[in-house]
Amino acid sequence: MPKDTGIGASTKRREDVRFLTGRGVYTDDLSLFGQAHAVMVRSSVAHGRIVSIDTAAAESMPGVLAVFTGEDFKDVGGNPAGWLINSRDGTPMREPKRPVLAHGKVRHVGDAYAAVIAETYAQAKDAAQVLADATVIEELPAIVDMRAAVADASNRVHDEIPDNLCFDWGWIEDNRAAVDAAMKAAPHVVTLELTNNRLVPNAMEPRASIGEYFPGTGDYKLTTTSQNPHLTRLLVCAFVMGIPENKLQVVAPDVGGGFGSKIYHYGEEALVLAAAKRLGRPVRWTAERTESFLSDAHGRDHVTKIELGCTKEGDILAIRTETLANVGAYLSNFSTATPTFLHGTLMAGPYKVPHVYVNVKTVFTNTAPVDAYRGAGRPEATYSIERVIDKMCRELGLDPFEVRRRNLLTPDQFPYTTPVGLVYDTGNYQATLDKAVELADVAGFEARRAESAKRGKLRGMGLSTWIEACGIAPSHLVGVLGSRVGLYDAATVRVNATGTISVMTGAHSHGQGHETVFPQIVAEKLGIPETSVEIVHGDTAKIPFGMGSYGSRSLAVAGSAMDRALDKIIAKGKKIAAHMLEAAEGDITFADGKFSVAGTDKAKSFGEIAFSAYVPHNYPLETLEPGLEETAFYDPANFTYPAGAYICEVEVDAETGKVDVVAFTAADDFGNVMNPLIVEGQVHGGVGQGIGQALCENTSYDENGQLLTGSYMDYAMPRADDVPFYTVDHSCATPCTHNPLGVKGCGEAGAIGSPPAVVNAVIDALHSGGHTHVTHIDMPVSPNRVWQAINA
Amino acid sequence: MTKVTMTVNGKSVSAEAEGRTLLVNYLREGLGLTGTHVGCDTSQCGACVVHVDGKAVKSCTVFAVDVAGSDVRTIEGMANADGSLGVVQQAFQDHHGLQCGFCTPGMVMSSAALLAENPRPTEAEIRHYLEGNICRCTGYHNIVKAVLAASGQDAGAMAAE
Repeated sequence: MPKDTGIGASTKRREDVRFLTGRGVYTDDLSLFGQAHAVMVRSSVAHGRIVSIDTAAAESMPGVLAVFTGEDFKDVGGNPAGWLINSRDGTPMREPKRPVLAHGKVRHVGDAYAAVIAETYAQAKDAAQVLADATVIEELPAIVDMRAAVADASNRVHDEIPDNLCFDWGWIEDNRAAVDAAMKAAPHVVTLELTNNRLVPNAMEPRASIGEYFPGTGDYKLTTTSQNPHLTRLLVCAFVMGIPENKLQVVAPDVGGGFGSKIYHYGEEALVLAAAKRLGRPVRWTAERTESFLSDAHGRDHVTKIELGCTKEGDILAIRTETLANVGAYLSNFSTATPTFLHGTLMAGPYKVPHVYVNVKTVFTNTAPVDAYRGAGRPEATYSIERVIDKMCRELGLDPFEVRRRNLLTPDQFPYTTPVGLVYDTGNYQATLDKAVELADVAGFEARRAESAKRGKLRGMGLSTWIEACGIAPSHLVGVLGSRVGLYDAATVRVNATGTISVMTGAHSHGQGHETVFPQIVAEKLGIPETSVEIVHGDTAKIPFGMGSYGSRSLAVAGSAMDRALDKIIAKGKKIAAHMLEAAEGDITFADGKFSVAGTDKAKSFGEIAFSAYVPHNYPLETLEPGLEETAFYDPANFTYPAGAYICEVEVDAETGKVDVVAFTAADDFGNVMNPLIVEGQVHGGVGQGIGQALCENTSYDENGQLLTGSYMDYAMPRADDVPFYTVDHSCATPCTHNPLGVKGCGEAGAIGSPPAVVNAVIDALHSGGHTHVTHIDMPVSPNRVWQAINA
Repeated sequence: MTKVTMTVNGKSVSAEAEGRTLLVNYLREGLGLTGTHVGCDTSQCGACVVHVDGKAVKSCTVFAVDVAGSDVRTIEGMANADGSLGVVQQAFQDHHGLQCGFCTPGMVMSSAALLAENPRPTEAEIRHYLEGNICRCTGYHNIVKAVLAASGQDAGAMAAE
């Protein structure tokens, strides 16, 4: 019988009621007295030198209040990269700071070099066009292709960086010779060159920011679409604007999706704060969707050569990769971690691989910045591995299921230290594979294939067994790896006098359902109703210093902090109960919402203890502070390692190249599951994005650096009729060994495991139709690409 | 600026609008009905869908002055008279058909319009009808389930779990 409350219950989301009735409050929904509107003026060329900006005409337009250019910010700091990565030779990465507004040069189409503030949005928009017309930019040759960027030293994105390289990273450099030797000695080597296509995250709520300044106190307030308000505050204050942290409140109210793109600090946030101070009025900015395409941090964009050395039986002996990773024109905050420590460290997959070496060259181009997008580095690693294993199976005539099963780590091998620096704590990869095979009815596949053939369709099946490292992350480890921040999280549990509870969490919910799930955990632990618990998040003035939500970390890190704070609440409650019940503290037990004297019927309810803490008439004041509120910071001991097996079935129309995903099965190990309804929804969403990447999404710049896919008319988002119902399962759970809830994180899984399953299925379908010359098709496997491959 | 009057969620309302003011901006800024969202600038995403005289309309493609006098319904007008969630809204909550909530108003309005036209749609009909509404969170699985459930069909039996 499924539980109907607490941990493991599919509690319906409480936040839904406001979203379903139009009462959510997103940043752009706020309307402030006296507000002015900002419109950014963006470069229409990919690369150019700013010769002159004549602001006079724009400033004289109706309603215009102020014009800002790069000159206004040249004396403030720049937006930094959060991770310092060293090249193989030990030299630190090249690190150009991004200014609030471009100064001297513009470096990608959409690079903002000015902003107009006016009484109304329409007036600001009109004046922005006048300003753009009064700006002279000397166009320079655009650097778009990564290979050309590193080959041609004469053309530079940043004048001070001669080869357009940010760094040349080797992981693990000391293992390189051994890997090379193992590859040379391998009886068979499979080589695959592939592109991990560039994506635009496309949270449905465009970015928006509102700046306020209060001259009476000198305080600032920034309301913004952020996944991590404290991180944004830190970046704005300590790196960009020089505002003392205690003078800036950052609020991220309801946020309409993030997928990584709202982790980062963007220049518009600094602009609205500076403008609010100058004008003495609130200043708001909301991106149009076109601006989102042009200026949000994009994702993926790797070009990789992967080699796999193996026996003739398909036992993996060595993996070696060379990757060019695009960072775009500027370093976004996580951009240097994504292609390195979130990618290279996963290159052993869930397999026994004795030797692995990863090389990543990170390249500046005249395109929008590229940073973490759902999965961030781990989808790229998984795609490379799962595609090359499939190619190995075809070259050697082996069964992809049997080969994976044989190479997977076995449960007795944990904890397992990989050759790329991680320690997997627990897992049962055979179990998820068996479950996926069962749920996908692999045994019945040939019959389905025959049925498809009758309708003239080629049916294919693709498998992917994946792992990721998430719950980001142990601070001491990420510090060694170059992170400039810690990655703990925090929670304050405030028991109110009447026994209800407010939890202030450092995690931020922008779709994940924290307002529902976190109370389930509190209710389970304290034996009180879920409805007595409220979650407070997204406001630096209310919550403890937390690092926000990304990297599937909310529950594993912030949830663990909350669990620790609850432990402190219970411990203090026992002291209060011992006094009230005239018993020794050691004799007090807490269960089902009651503090009891062991072996007696003497007990006090949780509510009675809470009341006593705030009305301490009968209370040990000489030894115990009144009140019942505890804060805990939690720094994980390790990453968490969710893993799973995904099976995709496609039908391909060989006449047109059209691919239909007709079935998708995901069997995952997320450790303990707090709310199955929400966990399954996370997998659905991730798989939907993964199918989008595999089938239709692509970000395309032409040779001049013009973005060809700058709207939903050109960028193919997956729609309801592009995807099937998914079969998902999370029953093969091996709880995480090092966090108190035993949870692993489920937010990114679907987007990590699904793209290779789709592409493997397409290749399988083509081979079944006799098109055995097709060994690889780059994503998206669009009708055009499939048709071209068939007819090559 | 002219004063534009229409009926919104059963009440007669008026607000100032320029000739170029879109219905979505009239609703959001003129009337403070911020439940209707703007998710794109090319009439693709469907976050702004409302009903105009009973038909689903992307309110970013309509000038407010052009629908003066019309009967408009927005997400704020979808709950039952007692404030409880309407059938479609309730099905979205029951089946976790929303995550970040941003596309949700448009999804609910489109789904309601579909069910008004076609009370028992098939899965394929639902997916086809919702093609003009983009969701980035749910992978559409639970949205389609919710619409099946709102039409009185056994969503659990039709959708694999």
